[in-house]
Amino acid sequence: MIKCLIIDDEPLARSIVAEYLQSHPEITIAQECGDGFEGIKAIKQHQPDLIFLDIQMPKINGFEMLELIEEAPGVIFTTAFDEYALKAFEANAIDYLLKPFGRERFEAALKKWQEKQTINTAGNKAQELNEVPSKQPEEQHRIVVRAANDIRIVAMQDVLYLEACDDYVKVHTRDGVFLKKKTMSYYEQVLNPNQFVRVHRSYIMPLAQLTRIEPLEKDSHVALLKNGVRIPLSRSGYSRLRSVLGI
Amino acid sequence: MRIMWLYLAWAAFWSGVLVLVLLPANYSLTLTLKDALLYNTLLTIAGYAASTGLRYYQPTLRQGILLLAWSLGLAGICTLIYSFLVGRFIDDVQYLDFAGDSLPMRVVFGWFLVLLLLLINWFWYYTKEQRLMEERKAATEKLAREAELFTLRQQLQPHFLFNSLNSISALIGARPEQARTMIQQLSDFLRGTLRKENKQQVSLAEELKQLELYLAIEKVRFGHRLQTTVEATDETKELKLPALLLQPIVENAIKFGLYGTTGDTTITIKAEQSGNSLLISVQNPFDADAAQAKEGTGFGLSSVQRRLYLLFARPDLLHTNQHQNQFTTTVTIPQNYDQVPYN
Repeated sequence: MIKCLIIDDEPLARSIVAEYLQSHPEITIAQECGDGFEGIKAIKQHQPDLIFLDIQMPKINGFEMLELIEEAPGVIFTTAFDEYALKAFEANAIDYLLKPFGRERFEAALKKWQEKQTINTAGNKAQELNEVPSKQPEEQHRIVVRAANDIRIVAMQDVLYLEACDDYVKVHTRDGVFLKKKTMSYYEQVLNPNQFVRVHRSYIMPLAQLTRIEPLEKDSHVALLKNGVRIPLSRSGYSRLRSVLGI
Repeated sequence: MRIMWLYLAWAAFWSGVLVLVLLPANYSLTLTLKDALLYNTLLTIAGYAASTGLRYYQPTLRQGILLLAWSLGLAGICTLIYSFLVGRFIDDVQYLDFAGDSLPMRVVFGWFLVLLLLLINWFWYYTKEQRLMEERKAATEKLAREAELFTLRQQLQPHFLFNSLNSISALIGARPEQARTMIQQLSDFLRGTLRKENKQQVSLAEELKQLELYLAIEKVRFGHRLQTTVEATDETKELKLPALLLQPIVENAIKFGLYGTTGDTTITIKAEQSGNSLLISVQNPFDADAAQAKEGTGFGLSSVQRRLYLLFARPDLLHTNQHQNQFTTTVTIPQNYDQVPYN
């Protein structure tokens, strides 16, 4: 039995997916969700094999929801926005259905998923795509993080600095530290380079937080942040910082 | 500075011409040259003064006839001053007699010179003005074109359209009657959007009818999550406002309310009369969450503000206000005003 979820804030949009699924008795709909928060809970509860996911939804969008899930099931996006197709494939989506979509197109998406399943079970699990977005990603203005049982939306201007930590990135904010399963180079690319500078292999720092650059030893420097934290600057990080500051 | 040299060269050139004219009278070259330099310097000064005036007062082609009178007057004055001054520079009595006899000829010569200077200047400023006007016109046209394109994009609202079509597609299977109603509403709505021109004024009643269509479609899409109340007193129904002004405001409120919160959203639209103005407020709930508020506010409102500014030449007709968990957009539409003409 294949379990799936339908996550969309418009009831009718959910119902058409449900209707198309009626001709697939092998697929059961474990739950229908009206927003990303419900979606996260339902994914935890049902461990679905497949989700149908809208992008524009209340509070957090479909991409942000996916970021908060440890192990994402197969995702088929359903949306009226065609401008996110590229981003969807970077998020390892199986397919991207543009609303309104017909039954044939829907079947094709399901077939794609099934093919991917057989490849995966054959032990050929496709190498996860690098999550670094393509050349011109849309600039990120907020980070959605998990805090205990809570989900928080952190505006980029509230971020003190980012620190690399094994497979994660620590997001330091005034309200605490949050972990994101992303890479430093991902953030280096999606953040505005005039406001966030990769000053070290393990640190990205918002210029707004900088108060002083202090020499440490010969040829090495640290940046002093407004909250008193000192961040080491690598040699290339130091010159990057200087060029952004125009000094 | 360069202009001064030009004037000096001008004076020198015509002095030369005058010397050539006067030499056949058989006076010494020095005397003639002194005379010519004095007279032409006076004329050039007069011409320069008049030209400076032209910079600030540009006569039309028809008023150009005035230039004739001006230059004649100036030439007369110059000749008068010349007749007083000439004795100081030249003490040859014979030459002074000759100069006195030539005064009428000098007036004519002076008239011609001053007029020439004025005409050159007038032509210079005229073409400059013309060029500036062309540039201004091009800029205005560019702005108008951009505005038109923007409204066109705004009107098409592809996401609204595709999501509505998706809802209809879902309804066709389960509730075909309702699908038909929604197609009707969507058609009426689109027709209403396409028919209206940007500057057209409609009554509030008419605008609200169009808005109801839009709200009805959105309610089918979002189900029970979206509720709306419209409060408009009878007296406000006949007041006028620019067509399709409210739609982007309500659209913004819906997006802001529905995507900014996870609960049910009630959009309240109120219209009242205040003095000589129609006041319309649109209220939606929002989450005071910082990340959300900063993102949501801008949306379609700046284009509404710009449109109001273009129509009424006032920048203060749109206000937004956040109070507790409610976001309110208020527009003021003056009822008696001189409409800014479109080019």
